[in-house]
Amino acid sequence: MFELLSYGDAGWGDEILRGLAITVQLAIVTLPVGLLLGFLATFASMSKFLPLRSLGFGYTTIMRGLPEILTLFVVYNGVGLLMNAVLRWWAPDAPPTDFSPFAAGVVALGMVFGAFAGEVLRGAFQSLDNGQVESGRAIGMTDRQIFLRIQLPQLWRFALPGLGNLWINMLKDTALVSVIALDDLMRMTKVAVGVTKQPFTFYLLACLIYWAMCVLSELVLAKMEHRANRGILRA
Amino acid sequence: MTQPDIILKAEDIHKSFGHVEVLKGISLEAKNHDVISILGSSGSGKSTFLRCLNFLETPTSGKVTVHGEEILVKNGKPQNVRHIEEIRARLGMVFQQFNLWTHRTALENVMEGPIQVKRESKAEARDRAEALLNRVGLAERMQMYPSQLSGGQQQRVAIARALAMEPDAILFDEPTSALDPELVGEVLKVMQDLAAEGRTMIVVTHEMGFAREVSSEVVFLHEGRVAEQGPPDEMFTNPKTDEFRRFIAKVM
Amino acid sequence: MNPVEILIQYWPRLFDGLLMTLQLTVLGALIAALVSPGFALIRVHASPMAQAPLRLYVSFMRGTPILAQLFLIFYGSGQFRPFLQDWGLWSFFRDPFNCALLAFALNSTAYQTEILRGGIMGVPRGEIEAAKAIGMSRIKSLYRVVFPHAYRIAWPALGNEVILLMKASALASVVTVFDVMGRTRQVFSKTFDFSVYLWAALIYLCITAIFVLLWRQAERRLSRHIYAPYKAQSTAQSLKETRA
Repeated sequence: MFELLSYGDAGWGDEILRGLAITVQLAIVTLPVGLLLGFLATFASMSKFLPLRSLGFGYTTIMRGLPEILTLFVVYNGVGLLMNAVLRWWAPDAPPTDFSPFAAGVVALGMVFGAFAGEVLRGAFQSLDNGQVESGRAIGMTDRQIFLRIQLPQLWRFALPGLGNLWINMLKDTALVSVIALDDLMRMTKVAVGVTKQPFTFYLLACLIYWAMCVLSELVLAKMEHRANRGILRA
Repeated sequence: MTQPDIILKAEDIHKSFGHVEVLKGISLEAKNHDVISILGSSGSGKSTFLRCLNFLETPTSGKVTVHGEEILVKNGKPQNVRHIEEIRARLGMVFQQFNLWTHRTALENVMEGPIQVKRESKAEARDRAEALLNRVGLAERMQMYPSQLSGGQQQRVAIARALAMEPDAILFDEPTSALDPELVGEVLKVMQDLAAEGRTMIVVTHEMGFAREVSSEVVFLHEGRVAEQGPPDEMFTNPKTDEFRRFIAKVM
Repeated sequence: MNPVEILIQYWPRLFDGLLMTLQLTVLGALIAALVSPGFALIRVHASPMAQAPLRLYVSFMRGTPILAQLFLIFYGSGQFRPFLQDWGLWSFFRDPFNCALLAFALNSTAYQTEILRGGIMGVPRGEIEAAKAIGMSRIKSLYRVVFPHAYRIAWPALGNEVILLMKASALASVVTVFDVMGRTRQVFSKTFDFSVYLWAALIYLCITAIFVLLWRQAERRLSRHIYAPYKAQSTAQSLKETRA
């Protein structure tokens, strides 16, 4: 069995590691995209301008109600179709292009992450102590200064546990991109299974790798939460 | 009624938490119609002792006899565990924090024990529960949930709940300590009525007025031992120990 | 074809898919709901040693993608085919529906166990003591006091879990179960008409919306004792009293 997992031509160790690298890359690239969308959704849903507020509410509600795999297909197929339609209109002679599975993965997972993050961040804003905002106003700070100097630094502390959960969910959701033929950990496992006819061994291995990543993430997050709460939980 | 004269007897109750011995051998006897007030400063072990009587706290050693059923405890192990639920059904208990079941109405709180533990019919339990709530002055509020009642009202429901089991004796664990001052009176009034009708009661309390006027006997605990014990008039007018004298001076 | 024509032509298939999605979700959630109370009690009361296997199970289920769990069961069982055939279990594992249901039930059991554990730990100690003091047996106080309370506390989280399970059930399409997602992919591969995905999205959103409404209705019933109509009045009153 260990031969199967060895590195090099005989075993599948290197293929699976390459898959793992893609999975990690995908998750790391998606994170900032998702966070950005999350912040945009939060600002939209807290805006005084009704259409913007509806947009924020609609985005977070709809995305959270859809199966992630459906979102992925919608993005992969839909954006592909859209791109080609635009391309035909722009340059009728150009050959049709493909939307890369990696980009589709980043966009789809980022949109899902952003919708949930929007809710987490909104909750965090609301749990901020209003008295601190008022005391900022009282010394003449502008709303912008109050946001940057007072709210944002504390937001982190309230949002971290929720965002940590979302990171772990997103890490697991990356497995979905194997269905649209991105060579991530899951898909490389599938390839290995196809050749070796050892489905249980390899899928268990894949599970263990995901598990290890999640447990590792949890440990790191616990450390970060501990740091973020310095000076707060003394009592 | 042909109840035995001695309703509850506790003999040489010891209780340790880890290395700390909280109760260092306490004995107590409650005869029919006795109203015993247990006094003591915080940390004297009075609540722990009360909770040992119905085994909410398991004593480290000692013996509790209720209505002829006896439970002997050695090394923290009760000898006949099966009797514990029986003893609890015979002893009512009223808690400092009321501990009403918040998901049930006042009436349902009172009916729960008779139906679930004594296996009475619903109709019978309802009749008595209504009568009891009426008696504690809550006829109008039977269908309300605990969250809709004031602390004093909740405590009166809790007393009705204890009475519904038709207990041989009722244990009160600081029943007025969690109440706003203006609500203490209504609860004490109910307790006074119960004493007047001859109920057997054991009351851990800080209410010196109650201890002095209503109870038939006062037990003063100090550092896990009975420091002084006797009829209230005698004890309050003529305290024998320094500890009790200091205690009275502090609280009165 | 325009989107409406697509719907008119293919709605019977999508409706079949809807029934399959509901079946997977409801059965999966129900099986988990039957098993999780026992597990949750173990998580609260058993010794750390006795809990270890359960904690490992929960951690595994929460730390791995459901898709991987599904593949592990559906494809992985093939590795043990002779053995499963001997035991007469092969026909079970050969059916993708069974495997999907098993995966979802196992996964949801883990989540529901943790949610219920939180609920049980949230039950006020005093109320359990009051049950003891009145002479209730442990078992009786479990189903008269502890579980009614625990479910009340856990109810919103359990609802979220059912929605997550419903969304996860779309993964069954990957192992050729024809749920909403499966039917949708089938129709798309035939027509290459993108609008079928939007109809699928609408179906999923409708399921979620209806479920949320029903669940809230049930929550209101469960929480009569908290959202009782007199409460606002009495707090206002007591506020007045404390001010006076």
